Amino acid sequence: MTKRFGDFVALEDVSVDVPSGSLTALLGPSGGGKSTLLRIIAGLEQPDSGMVEIAGSDATRLPPQRRNVGFVFQHYAAFKHMSVYGNVAFGLEIRKRPKQEIRRKVNELLELVHLEQFAHRRPSQLSGGQRQRMALARALAVEPQVLLLDEPFGALDAQVRKELRKWLRRLHDEVHVTTVFVTHDQEEAMEVADSIVVIAGGRIEQVGTPSELYERPANDFVMSFLGPVTKLGDQLVRPHDLHLRNAPDGSTLEGTVVRVLRLGFEVRVEVVIDGVDLWVQLTREQVDGLNLEPGSVVHVRPARRGREPSVVPACAIGP
Amino acid sequence: MAKWGLRLAALVYLLFLLVLPVGLVFWRTFEHGLGAVWKQLTEPNARHAFEVTLKVAVLAVVLNTVFGVLLAILVVRHDFPGKRLLNAFIDLPLAVSPVVVGLALILVYGKFSTFGGWLADRGIQVIFSLPGMVMATIFVSLPLVVREVAPVLEEIGIEQEQAAWTLGAGPLQTFCRVTLPAIRWALAYGAVLTLARSLGEFGAIAVVSGRLVGKTQTLTLYVEQQFQNFNVAGAYAASFVLAFIAVVILVGVNVLRPKEGEA
Repeated sequence: MTKRFGDFVALEDVSVDVPSGSLTALLGPSGGGKSTLLRIIAGLEQPDSGMVEIAGSDATRLPPQRRNVGFVFQHYAAFKHMSVYGNVAFGLEIRKRPKQEIRRKVNELLELVHLEQFAHRRPSQLSGGQRQRMALARALAVEPQVLLLDEPFGALDAQVRKELRKWLRRLHDEVHVTTVFVTHDQEEAMEVADSIVVIAGGRIEQVGTPSELYERPANDFVMSFLGPVTKLGDQLVRPHDLHLRNAPDGSTLEGTVVRVLRLGFEVRVEVVIDGVDLWVQLTREQVDGLNLEPGSVVHVRPARRGREPSVVPACAIGP
Repeated sequence: MAKWGLRLAALVYLLFLLVLPVGLVFWRTFEHGLGAVWKQLTEPNARHAFEVTLKVAVLAVVLNTVFGVLLAILVVRHDFPGKRLLNAFIDLPLAVSPVVVGLALILVYGKFSTFGGWLADRGIQVIFSLPGMVMATIFVSLPLVVREVAPVLEEIGIEQEQAAWTLGAGPLQTFCRVTLPAIRWALAYGAVLTLARSLGEFGAIAVVSGRLVGKTQTLTLYVEQQFQNFNVAGAYAASFVLAFIAVVILVGVNVLRPKEGEA
């Protein structure tokens, strides 16, 4: 599909296939089009061209009310004048389910998101993390075919974000609803998702499992977006894929150690080769074994397990 | 020092412009006791003026509340060509003198205009009767609900409404269950301001009503007529009622309105 806002191309001829039951991350820098894609799936935006298929049927022209998707917003979008219970019950009340069934279902969901003791509170009396769990329960209440989360943990502080990530992963393993979430945090995507779609500049850069993307990035953009990188000559490499030696062995480049930063178990060694900086990630033992300190001369080469030549196409998925 | 100076200036300003005149009206009203006031207010023309005022005000409030919310939603939630023009039009009644509003209505709906004549042939009299007075009142109080509700709509944003859509709520359900509860205090405040404005309207009503005593005379027109006929007591009594209603509803809403952040 394609989507433009005036002159700005938000999505250009993008095609994504999300396997049912999977947990997929749309990962990319902000302004890259990932939120737009999510909102198009939900029916909150219309694509200029292309189509949305949900569970095998065309949903392109369906209004959001009839797509049977759950949507979780970055800033919760809690119904402020309703209790937590009322928020979760909303979708069921709209569907005119019997009172008894609503009560059972809402209590079940509140237990699932660990908010059962807060049922009668107002959203304003909850913390950010609790509000987002409430929003999730509210979206799950209508048993959606697809659960869509737009930067769900973006407004939370680091500690809560980490907890909720683990929790979302566990929840998905329990509930198995097809889930797509948008994030700009590669760590979050790697930790939570089965499959990652990297989107930037309105295009899909690569699709794959977290380890596929990390080990075999399709291009330099994906490589630098999904983990630390440094430059050896013209080549992007992972800092832990570099080998340091005290003596040259033919394939090495000679450099000078500028700094040795000890960050617990990991040690960062900054080296200058021909006036160009790079850094190498080593363990404490390796650094002690090499006897490295500022001013030492070292010889650098890529470790044997280097980056394999990639053959993954940039944008060719879906039916 | 500057702080006290500012306070003093504000107090003196309010004292001479507001407190003294209104206080004097109250005092003069009850100069001869409650019985005299009651007699003035139960006089047939006074009672009729009450009735007319109430009818006009209630109709204007109901219509302006409904259309005020619709206009606010249109201006905040939708994008369309001419939106800036519409925005300017909404504020027009604040800038235009009510007398001009009255004259404009006569131009369109008067018996000798094309449209007014066409309506008159079908037995509908707009000018010099209730419909015209309601229209004039609606016109002058149009911005009050819109300008109270629009900023609140802006502030709550569209995400709660979108969340309701994805949960299956149609436009009407979303409005009743999500939007309306969020704007209810702004709406109440706007409606009360509209009511106060409608009760007090003079200029436009004076032109459009024809000031027919016992027919299209509102309270404000009654006050002026009594004053010019040297029935000062009658003028004071009716003025008191107008001022009293306005103060009561304004205080009432301010008491009922939840403190900032509690809504």
